[in-house]
Amino acid sequence: MKVLKGKGASAKIAFGKLIFANKQKSVKRFRVVDVEAETVKYKNAVETAIKEIQELYEKAVVEVGETNAEIFNMHKVMLEDEDFSGSVINIIESQEVNAEFAVASTGENFSNMFLSMEDEYMRERSRDVKDISDRLIRILSGEKEAFEEIKEPSIVAAEDLTPSETVKMDKSKVIGIVTKKGSLNSHTAILARSMGIPAIVNIEELGSEFSGKYAIADGFKGELYVEPDDATINKYLELKEEQRKKEKLLEKIKGVKCKTSKGKDIMLYANIGDLSEVGNCLENDAEGIGLFRSEFLYLKANKEPTEEEQFIAYKTVAENMGGRRVIIRTMDIGADKQVDYLNLKKESNPALGYRAIRICLDRPSMFKKQLSAILRAAAYGKIAVMFPMISSENEVIQALGYLKEVKEELNKKGIPIDENIDVGIMIETPAAALIANKLAKYVKFFSIGTNDLTQYTLACDRENLSVEKYCNPNHEAVYKLIEMTVKAAHNNGIWVGVCGELASDLDAAEKLIKIGVDELSVSPSALLPLKEKILSI
Amino acid sequence: MLKITHKVKDENGIHARPAGLLATESKKFKSEIFVEKGDKKANAGKIFEVMSLCVKGGEEIVITINGDDEAKAFDALAIFLEKNL
Repeated sequence: MKVLKGKGASAKIAFGKLIFANKQKSVKRFRVVDVEAETVKYKNAVETAIKEIQELYEKAVVEVGETNAEIFNMHKVMLEDEDFSGSVINIIESQEVNAEFAVASTGENFSNMFLSMEDEYMRERSRDVKDISDRLIRILSGEKEAFEEIKEPSIVAAEDLTPSETVKMDKSKVIGIVTKKGSLNSHTAILARSMGIPAIVNIEELGSEFSGKYAIADGFKGELYVEPDDATINKYLELKEEQRKKEKLLEKIKGVKCKTSKGKDIMLYANIGDLSEVGNCLENDAEGIGLFRSEFLYLKANKEPTEEEQFIAYKTVAENMGGRRVIIRTMDIGADKQVDYLNLKKESNPALGYRAIRICLDRPSMFKKQLSAILRAAAYGKIAVMFPMISSENEVIQALGYLKEVKEELNKKGIPIDENIDVGIMIETPAAALIANKLAKYVKFFSIGTNDLTQYTLACDRENLSVEKYCNPNHEAVYKLIEMTVKAAHNNGIWVGVCGELASDLDAAEKLIKIGVDELSVSPSALLPLKEKILSI
Repeated sequence: MLKITHKVKDENGIHARPAGLLATESKKFKSEIFVEKGDKKANAGKIFEVMSLCVKGGEEIVITINGDDEAKAFDALAIFLEKNL
């Protein structure tokens, strides 16, 4: 067995025979007597190419949607471009050579122009030029399109693939794509993902000596196992089965409104820690983000994140979630994290120490900076803000006071914000749960952080393995506090959710819903099984 | 001659898709239409020329329109830029 490494471009698994595309035929250059006729031949080829591309565009719209199909419109414009055809005709006339050669030359020149650009996106466009050149050359030399001759389901292997070739792939015969070149953002990768075909790009060691051999393509990890041994085969058979189950589940319940069998609506949200996870949320059908941990902005550099940096991050999430609620939790960091610029003194009990809202209320300029970024971003989507580690009314009053100040300052400057942004607090200390009735009057929602609530209620450190057995999230004391919180919330007409790990425990989730919890927020991978459970309650 | 000054909102700048759409739009008119960035100039109807200007998001471009149907072209392009760029 040989393992070839590349970059996973389309996260699926394929089992099949590798079939290599024999595409790279060199273009011959020969003299032509009738230059006019050759020019006409070229112009006819362009017309044929445009017709082909129109068909491709139509197939692509169906397969991958209009946005991804747009590249074929771009190919059409490139084919019709005056500079391109001007160059081809010029070469035919001045060198008195065949159209194929003129096209190949022109294609190479324009391709190189793109390759020399700084911008990666622009460099990728050289592939589009190659695509249209290859098409013209193929039409001129009267050859068949590659891959028309695949008889059985195979994993197609090539040096590189053009977008046209990818879209044309018959999904029943092409069960995987692996290329030697290519990048994750190339149109080919994007098309493969949209079409649901497993793909791996940038496999340096890929060579035609592997043609005809049986292989497993792991589009998640970007690994190609040629002539896999039994252990590998079994491992992937299992993985493929899991994947198939997940897809069936997804198909069954995606888009279905999340409610119990008795008809109670439950908001099913996701917890995320940075921007890259938003895609995962949407794929797993999250109705919103119940906890957007803002700490990543504070942890990634050696200085406090600027308001602009934060604004861009929050705005991006809001826009990508397209109108679905995004709850941003203000900074929750303590002495247990290494953040030099915060100058936090070492503590013997960071969990019970100077952290989160306590730091924020002490450092108004930093806190107001975050609030300002959140308020501004809220003009671009449905954002809510939530304060962590609350243990008294006074903290809530102070935090709301700063929020009001920031709103006034931004309004004075005429900067667009969401005036009516929803504010909530986390209930993660026993104190907060016990006075929830009072706290509910100040906010629009509660989010119960069961991880911390458990550790504070049962007096055991989550990180301390020697007391792990005491840290039981299903302890009745914890549930009592949760019930108290839910009652207080509903008595005051506000909603209450759970964003701790407890929510992803299916049995616990059922209990929580029966207690009256309105929202559950879990990690994206836990969404679908949880939704399935909720629908059956 | 008519001019439109426009700040590119699309964070990807004038990448292939809008360049293609701009070319298609410009070719509908008889007027000569150019895209200028700084001291570089490209014919709006030529996708490769426009792309080689490498206009990035946030940069300013000037569209110049010269010809019999420049008024119509001006209106159409102003709308086009607002929508697509």
